[in-house]
Amino acid sequence: MARHHITTTVNGDIREVLVETTQSLLDVLRNELLLTGTKEGCGTGDCGACSVMLDGRLVCSCLVLGVEADGKEIDTIEGMAQGEELHPLQRNFLEHAALQCGICTPGFLIAARALLEKNPSPTETEVRFWLAGNLCRCTGYDKIVRAVMATAKELRETTHA
Amino acid sequence: MEDIRYEAPATVAAAVKLLAGAKGTAKVLAGGTDLLVQMRSDIVVPSLIVDIKKIADTGTIKKEKGGWRIGASVPCAVLGEQAALVRDWPGVVEAAELIGSTQVQGRATLAGNLCNASPAADSVPALIAAGATVAIAGPKGKRTAKAEEIAVGPGRTSLQKGEFVVSVFLPPRPKRASDAYLRFIPRTEMDIAVVGCGIALVLDKKGLIEDARVSLGAVAPTPLLVKEAAKAIVGTSLDAQALEALAAAASAACRPIDDKRGTKEFRIKVAGVLARRAAETAYERARAK
Amino acid sequence: MPDDVKLTREFQVVGHRKVRPDGVDKVTGRAKYGADLILPGMLYGKVLRSPHAHAIIKKIDVSKALKLPGVKAIVTRDDFPDQPKSKPPYGPRIADLWDTTRVIMAREKALFEGHPVAAVAATSESIAKQALKLIKVDYQVLPHVIDPIEAMKPDAPILHEDQFTLGVEPAPTKPSNVFRVMKAAKGDTAIGFGEADVVVEREFKTQAVHQGYIEPHACVANASEDGSVDVWMSTQGHFVARNQLAALLGMSVGKIRFISSEIGGGFGGKIPMYGEPLAVRLSQKAHRPVKMVMSRDEVFRATGPTAGATIRIKIGARKDGRITAAEAELFYQAGAFKGAEIAAAIGCMYSQYDLENVSIVGYDIVSNRPRIAAYRAPGVPMAAFGVESVLNEIADKLGIDTVDLRLKNAAKQGTVNVQGLRYGPIGFIEMLERVKEHPHYKAPLGKNQGRGFATGFWMHAGGLSCASINVQDDGTVTLIEGNPDIGGSRASMCAMAAEELGIPYEKVTTLIADTSSLGFTFLTAGSRTTYATGMAVVEATRNAIKVCCERAAAIWGVTAEQVKWEQGFAKPASANVGDFAPLSLSELAKKAPMMGGPIAGHAEINATGQGPAIGAHLVDVEVDPETGFVKPLRFTVFQDVGRAISPDYVEGQMQGGAVQGIGWALNEEYIYNDKGQLVNAGFLDYRIPVASDVPMIDTVMIEEPNPNHPYGVRGVGETPIVPPQAAVANAVENAIGRRLNELPLSPPKILKALSERPVARAAE
Repeated sequence: MARHHITTTVNGDIREVLVETTQSLLDVLRNELLLTGTKEGCGTGDCGACSVMLDGRLVCSCLVLGVEADGKEIDTIEGMAQGEELHPLQRNFLEHAALQCGICTPGFLIAARALLEKNPSPTETEVRFWLAGNLCRCTGYDKIVRAVMATAKELRETTHA
Repeated sequence: MEDIRYEAPATVAAAVKLLAGAKGTAKVLAGGTDLLVQMRSDIVVPSLIVDIKKIADTGTIKKEKGGWRIGASVPCAVLGEQAALVRDWPGVVEAAELIGSTQVQGRATLAGNLCNASPAADSVPALIAAGATVAIAGPKGKRTAKAEEIAVGPGRTSLQKGEFVVSVFLPPRPKRASDAYLRFIPRTEMDIAVVGCGIALVLDKKGLIEDARVSLGAVAPTPLLVKEAAKAIVGTSLDAQALEALAAAASAACRPIDDKRGTKEFRIKVAGVLARRAAETAYERARAK
Repeated sequence: MPDDVKLTREFQVVGHRKVRPDGVDKVTGRAKYGADLILPGMLYGKVLRSPHAHAIIKKIDVSKALKLPGVKAIVTRDDFPDQPKSKPPYGPRIADLWDTTRVIMAREKALFEGHPVAAVAATSESIAKQALKLIKVDYQVLPHVIDPIEAMKPDAPILHEDQFTLGVEPAPTKPSNVFRVMKAAKGDTAIGFGEADVVVEREFKTQAVHQGYIEPHACVANASEDGSVDVWMSTQGHFVARNQLAALLGMSVGKIRFISSEIGGGFGGKIPMYGEPLAVRLSQKAHRPVKMVMSRDEVFRATGPTAGATIRIKIGARKDGRITAAEAELFYQAGAFKGAEIAAAIGCMYSQYDLENVSIVGYDIVSNRPRIAAYRAPGVPMAAFGVESVLNEIADKLGIDTVDLRLKNAAKQGTVNVQGLRYGPIGFIEMLERVKEHPHYKAPLGKNQGRGFATGFWMHAGGLSCASINVQDDGTVTLIEGNPDIGGSRASMCAMAAEELGIPYEKVTTLIADTSSLGFTFLTAGSRTTYATGMAVVEATRNAIKVCCERAAAIWGVTAEQVKWEQGFAKPASANVGDFAPLSLSELAKKAPMMGGPIAGHAEINATGQGPAIGAHLVDVEVDPETGFVKPLRFTVFQDVGRAISPDYVEGQMQGGAVQGIGWALNEEYIYNDKGQLVNAGFLDYRIPVASDVPMIDTVMIEEPNPNHPYGVRGVGETPIVPPQAAVANAVENAIGRRLNELPLSPPKILKALSERPVARAAE
């Protein structure tokens, strides 16, 4: 199969890679760029485990072709912590035990960060509906929602401090 | 092994040329949220993918003669960010925001939802109720079509070879007019609509319904424009009797199937319930303006 | 906030909320799951699967596929040795290699849609997929059957011509899809029903439901020319997998090393092997590593869900609420090979009650679907759905509060169940009293709302576990255990070791060993990990402490009996021993090289003495009377957890199981077309709960410690999936005044029920 040469920025780094037409962005991130933090749970956009930011927009990377990433900026879970400092969401997920097996966690973190950047004061209902595209089978969502709400509160208080 | 060709033309004309000249199946790619799923399960095996996102005209939302021109590659998530659009067409926007998940809405488009021609597409009953039209470009030039003219059967459209939808147009809104979209799904999110209903109303100064359009999704091979349902409420203030007549007309228009998402009987019943509820919401919104 | 009961304050680490040691890797994407391993030269494996639910496989032609550039190896049934059939008598759980080799690769027949027929390893996924299309298989399609009741009918298509039902007299001469009939009884139910003032008899039906783990099965097999192989696998039990692979491929156990990756959910479904033997064979043939990852579609089509079932329940009770007799007939769907979980159902379905007269009959029935796999308390939720629904009805008929009905019949210490098991201390009565005191129990309900209650019993496993602990010279400690960490168990192991040693939690690191580095350790399943492996960890730690005390004794010139270990230090056991300054773990470790060697401890155990794990669920729902939509409003989970080593993770188990139960009750089911093919093989139409479907799940942990475990642990993972289905169904009944006995309680069913009778308002 002929391959396309694409240049894309991932977590701030410029990467060049050859991709087949049928490879999704998820395939490219995992198999070509070796960034395995983004997970495949279904491959059809139903579970959110593959969530990334594409030019600042929350998307399922399994629903984007690798070739469409040319010239775009992608943010994955690997770029969420700043050096040694975890993002408040990452920290609160740990504090609130918002993960059990952890496979859905990268997707949830990316999606929750997108929510809080858009809406710093979400209600519980708004959190649940925003995150409805992220499936979790282990936690029943309770501690995930608590961790997101706690982070929202923490970020609001830090901004006002 | 067949190569799948991928092109991302920068102009409408270039896209038309590629689509018109394609051997085998050519598919337009905007959001890709249907196409990639269909390719993955071998339902669709294209020989050519034409990505229209680099065509400038397809990426913008602007006011046009009082109405709204929404480019074919504008993601649904962007619609809700336009406060004025939400004010004019809350039903269309809420329908677009029900497609899939937040992630899916970051890519999916109104044009794609329409052209995928699923009988259960969420935005289509709202577009039909709104009286939306689409601008189509093709080898024979440009043309306009009504939203309800696009789907001709499950997965099939009236578009000819070489044609593609460049934009969706929502007409201007008079005062005291609004719309609403409701759907029934077994969970609270993520499901394909078991029944969908879009209703757009225009009220007169006394609060009586002057004009109505009622559209149902997932109850027939294509989304329906139900004229009898509209007739049942025009001239009324949406009193209990009018609502009953509306519900009955909506149920009567259904030609649904039994499938893994719902039974015939269930769809017929719930179509009436949703029509009633959507009408009430649209009415309240119109009255509030 | 959870309502903690009797949470101990005397421990320093155990029982406190700690951040799990593997947590940072999991929130940064660094943790490596099954599909995350990449090896140089790695090939991609893909499986060709039968499109037919039942067919004879006449011929497989792989010649064209082998010629495709990039294809490096292909395997079919010819690459796997046949296995002997096991013979009766059979234990409660079936382990038949003849079946298992056919689960991983079909031989004579395809027995379900999705059954593997061949597998390919190629240099890219797209080439592997292409190659599958070039494999030609000649099938002779046969009629199929899926529903267990249909499979029992005399004219049903037969899956195994040599299967004659066991457990019936006289022995049948015609083959059957019923593998066996199991029975258990206590007392005399005929007499018991005679004494009853009310008898309720009902039939219930549940559908097959999948565990729904978000991570599909994945492995990488790396075979070497010396006959050895490494397998990286997402699994609930890599030791069991290693032994099974050895048997399936005729290899020596010593030549196989399984490395457990992090695991993205299991719930029992990652106990069986699927692609691993195929990947190993492919790697042996291709002389390169082979990665095999299932797609979500394959997970649904080809891995074991739990049984769909028909359940008949008959319970009689006196006016005062005492149950006088309880019977059950269970018809369970085993999938294509025998082994439905009847024994577990028999052992648990009535076991939280002190009953004199019980009779249970269970039918293990094969049909054309993937062989079932365990799904959290396997075999019990469907039976409990029936039992707890009938008890609810009996409480209604007698005018007794539904919780009081359970109190009247509650098992306690000394109760003997239908299998003759006598209980040690259990917290069921206390739990029921806590339910009645809880604000949820009396909260007012609104229009179209209803409340439901149900309890559940599960008997968790013990079994083989090994652990090893090494002390570093800076006083930190490395703990090696053998259980893949699905839900935070490493945190509990660290906590128990730290507690024993009297050192901070942060000084303990826990690693999951590969199968060559530790003795055989049984599964991360059966709610056994914190119990059994915890026991091994405690024993290993105590052995290391013994060594520390011996070393201190040698330093002080006293005997080991004169040294005690306290809060991280070796100290003289009393003032008489002498005035010696305490020696820390670190000090002893630094001296260790001169004193005989590094300090370590190990334990290899077969854990026994496990006790019951009982739970109760209370749920409020609202039903839309015009559409049948059910919205869970409030959910409280009560459970006797023994002792919560890591309270956060115990709560997590309670919440997760409850939400799986909500999905099972409301929306999840397998839907087949008339060819026996699955039409909802994805998360779009196999509807597990999403975040907006459920409320917060409140938890109440009752701690009645199990005295057989050093920390009083009871397994907690599985019980939470036993009560919720009946609790939700009882809540729906309370809301709409109509009983539905078939799961899932999907909107069309509810709307239909509503149209057949007027709605009784719960608020009246």
